[in-house]
Amino acid sequence: MPQQRLRAYVWEFPVRLTHWINALCIVALSVTGYYIGNPFIHAISSDQYIMGWVRLIHFVAAYLFTVSFLLRIYWSIAGNKYANWKVFFPFNKKRLKQIAESVRFYMLISKKQSHMLGHSAIAGLTYLFIFLLFLVEIITGFVLYSQSHYGVTRTLMGGWLLDIISVQTIRLYHHLITWALIVFAVVHVYIAWFVDIHERNGIIGSIFGGYKFVTKDYE
Amino acid sequence: MKEDKIFDALSKNGVSRRDFIKFCTAMAATMALPSSFIPKIADALEKKQKPILVWLEFQDCCGNTEALLRASKPTVAEIVLDILSVEYHETIMAAAGKQAEKSLMDVVKNHKGKYITVVEGSIPLKDGGVYCTIGGRTAVDIAREVCGNALATIAVGTCATYGGIPAANPNPTGAVGVKGAVSGINVINLPGCPVNVENITATVVHYLTFGALPTLDGLGRPYFAYGKRIHDNCERRAHFDAGQFVRKWGDEGHRLGWCLYEMGCKGPETYKNCPTVKYNEGTSWPVQAGHGCIGCAAPHFWDTMTPFYRRLPKPPGVSVEKTADKIGIGIAAAAAAGVAAHAIASAAKKKGKPEQETE
Ligand code: HEM
Ligand code: SF4
Repeated sequence: MPQQRLRAYVWEFPVRLTHWINALCIVALSVTGYYIGNPFIHAISSDQYIMGWVRLIHFVAAYLFTVSFLLRIYWSIAGNKYANWKVFFPFNKKRLKQIAESVRFYMLISKKQSHMLGHSAIAGLTYLFIFLLFLVEIITGFVLYSQSHYGVTRTLMGGWLLDIISVQTIRLYHHLITWALIVFAVVHVYIAWFVDIHERNGIIGSIFGGYKFVTKDYE
Repeated sequence: MKEDKIFDALSKNGVSRRDFIKFCTAMAATMALPSSFIPKIADALEKKQKPILVWLEFQDCCGNTEALLRASKPTVAEIVLDILSVEYHETIMAAAGKQAEKSLMDVVKNHKGKYITVVEGSIPLKDGGVYCTIGGRTAVDIAREVCGNALATIAVGTCATYGGIPAANPNPTGAVGVKGAVSGINVINLPGCPVNVENITATVVHYLTFGALPTLDGLGRPYFAYGKRIHDNCERRAHFDAGQFVRKWGDEGHRLGWCLYEMGCKGPETYKNCPTVKYNEGTSWPVQAGHGCIGCAAPHFWDTMTPFYRRLPKPPGVSVEKTADKIGIGIAAAAAAGVAAHAIASAAKKKGKPEQETE
């Protein structure tokens, strides 16, 4: 049955902006963070400042990432309904059913999932989890960073946590979450591509331009 | 003896005025005070009476006592012994047995609220504290009485501060530090394995000079000694920032004195003034000697700072040889493989039944 396609504005500018800042920051933070944990390039002269620059980039990107994260949280209140915080809590009956439906779809058991303009229920749930990982990464990062700060700044960065939890435990989780985010990135890009070709909804284009293409039966 | 003024005692023991001022200068430096405080310190030490001190040893290796005694002449350590009236110290006192225990109880009785207690070693609490007894009394019982009646208690070494090695997992004796065993008392924590003698002396001198104990952080440690990380004052720090690291014991970088970060140095997570006060009268300290910091001054370092020769701890619930990165790479590779398999499977499915798509 031929279907009519509509063009809909879904992702407002702040959503797209924070998405791409996050993406760039995660790449920069993962590479520099990996170097901090395991310095794979060595200086040949004492005049170089490799670890110094790498750490500087990590910390600048860290601030940018944190601001972007906060902006996205603000936009989950101020933005349109597709950006709203409610989409990240798909816990009512209907949404849970859609999650089960999507699982069958992605496991190639069924060929259809409900068409959604914004995030599907399963995507909302995934991003809830990812935002929690961001939050833990930011908190653990600032606690690690507090070690080179003193007085009030140190307290504000969460340095008091170090009196309760060993810094090495915090460092380990900061490190492990990096890998979790890399795994997420791989799956995330693949699913975007998969959905794009299966639903022909322009999902990949949407994160650049903001528009999705939908059939009439969308929600 | 007890009425001795500090400077008199020093000069009686052949410490010259010059050595005395040198000592006051060193103390001002340790407490991170400007040089204008040197006369103030000298003045206090000249006029004040020797504070009475008792030194208790519980589950310890005597390492802090060793650090105190291991010194050449004329030394800070020697001066410490001269500025303090040490009334009880199992390792160095002449008295023994009942007589020794009596002298301890005499101090508690006669100088109540005026003497300083130094505690070395952890205190076991399990099974009523039976794992450490002296003269038939448990360590916790002695500590409650002696520390409870003291002006202040200085816990020296990581065992007395946080339980240290006896408290390492699985902590068979239920060992804790002084703060964990006796509540409601003034405790100054001077962790380290062993403590730097300068920090004990500076704590006492601070009290004598200002009539107050030094400012403490959240873990009960004086800021002057534990306010900064090893890494912040490390002599190898320039190599860290440059990116010059030792990668194997005895390699070129090791011979050139590069940074020990990749050898598992815990200087970036350990708060202590080792790089400035060092050990054995400022002779050396671990990083200067070519070995990374193991974080011995950190709470529960035996459990939290291991493996000593790696930067990151083992992920919980994982076999010994797996590092966080090996696991991470494994999972990322599995995700990539899963994605590829999924793409192939979905392409194969599609081929079977062509879908009808119209615009
Ligand atoms: C997506 C976000 C981030 C990723 C993927 C990331 C990744 C990493 C990694 C892998 C390490 C090395 C850990 C180690 O083995 O020692 C690291 C270290 C560190 N990160 Fe992050 N990080 C992120 C965000 C942040 C944030 C928001 C901060 C906040 C300031 C931060 C501060 C730090 C600090 C202070 C260190 C230790 C640096 C040092 O020891 O010199 N990170 N990061
Ligand atoms: S040797 Fe240790 S404390 Fe010194 S700069 Fe290197 S990592 Fe830091």
